[in-house]
Amino acid sequence: MIIETVTILAGHDKQGNPEPSERVDLRPGDSLALVGPTGSGKSELLSDIEQAACGDTRSGRTILINGEPLTKAPSGMVATLSQKTNFVMDASVEQFILLHAESKGRDGGSLMAPLMKMTNSLCGESVSQEMSLQVLSGGQSRALMIADIALLSDTPIVLIDEVENAGIHKFKALEVLAGHNKIVISATHDPVLILMNNTRLVMRNGAMTALLYATKNERRHAENLKHMDDILMRAREDLRMGRTLEMQEET
Amino acid sequence: MKLVTIAGAPSAGKTAVTLHLIRQLDKDGKRSAAVKFDTLGTTDDQIYRERLGIPAIQGLSDYLCPDHYFVSNLEEACAWGKKQEVDFLFVETAGLCYRCAPHVKGVPAITIIDNLGGMEAPRKMGPALILADVVVVTKSDIVSQAEKEVFAHRISQVNKTARIVHVNGLTGTGVLHLRRISETWPEANALEGLSLRYSMPASICSYCTGETRIGKRFQSGNVEKLLLEENAA
Repeated sequence: MIIETVTILAGHDKQGNPEPSERVDLRPGDSLALVGPTGSGKSELLSDIEQAACGDTRSGRTILINGEPLTKAPSGMVATLSQKTNFVMDASVEQFILLHAESKGRDGGSLMAPLMKMTNSLCGESVSQEMSLQVLSGGQSRALMIADIALLSDTPIVLIDEVENAGIHKFKALEVLAGHNKIVISATHDPVLILMNNTRLVMRNGAMTALLYATKNERRHAENLKHMDDILMRAREDLRMGRTLEMQEET
Repeated sequence: MKLVTIAGAPSAGKTAVTLHLIRQLDKDGKRSAAVKFDTLGTTDDQIYRERLGIPAIQGLSDYLCPDHYFVSNLEEACAWGKKQEVDFLFVETAGLCYRCAPHVKGVPAITIIDNLGGMEAPRKMGPALILADVVVVTKSDIVSQAEKEVFAHRISQVNKTARIVHVNGLTGTGVLHLRRISETWPEANALEGLSLRYSMPASICSYCTGETRIGKRFQSGNVEKLLLEENAA
């Protein structure tokens, strides 16, 4: 199925009042951040999208694909990535990629090199084909999962639930997914990640309360924050590897 | 009343998924009842009553083969369901060996399998999976997207016609698909004369009647031996 638009039509908040934001339209390549405190309804919105709600979930929202509600169960529409997802297979990275490619009727051999390259661009510690999935660190696993979703899964929508702490280059991850014409929706608390998205949807009390676009000023802030984040990442990497921060230049 | 059979390995989430589905149906004003078949003991019927306040009973096979016991009592279970004046009767089976499919031709059949059993699990599960109308995959929220896709693909290789639905047994996410499918299920007619989707194994040896001792001397009835060289000679 070719997706041109995904639309979220408002339902109601936890008390049954209509949601202030009436609709959100998304196109391939768009990224949307869901922001709001714990319990504000981010995960519920992700679940509504995952199930292609037709006014039949608790929130009363309707999800339209190309302007129409889905009549049958959407299989293969949505890929999910969260802090909870793990590899449970006993296989090497190579076997895993070949197996996934086979199930999609695609040639795993020719996808291997680009997939490994992308994986390695997403995390600091390098991943090789021979490694067992079970020895991968949290960051390496997440990086492989993201590269795999970008290149191998043909799902047009990607839902991401708080993966900012996984030790990956989170900004790159977003670029990679949106760059492959996916619609990326992420629930996140990370300020830089929030500002990296084209738009952000503010959740409160189970309702979509405002749709905000990053302003010019905010984009400038984002650059600063990103710079600070880089410093923090580098310091973390140095300290983790047993180095001292003496060598780091003051910035 | 719509009758539905539910099969699946122990701890795959049969009761959890059914609970979520019944809750969804209840929101549409549809009433449900449940029958839980098991072997030596179960508290699942109590869970249905206490958590959902719906009528539920249990049937324990004790010394009998649980699947034989299930099919011998299906008519009675259905009659009980009709007396409860409900819209849906869910019959949950024990979920033990993979030899049988406790599913009946013409009666909607759900088989539940979790994503953690390994990639070979769909091939190993046999008729219960192969002959189901709907395969519900649970515990997908904790595996990678790729493994979820490969697993679903493997299921579709052994059962080409089943609808495959992912449901999170803890949160109930995904159960909406199941509820939408439930609208297509037919009303239950008389069960007499309908056939099982797969024959059940013969069980007429001395162990079926309570024998516990090991050894040829104690074996009678339908006994088959592994073809080892000593036996063959």
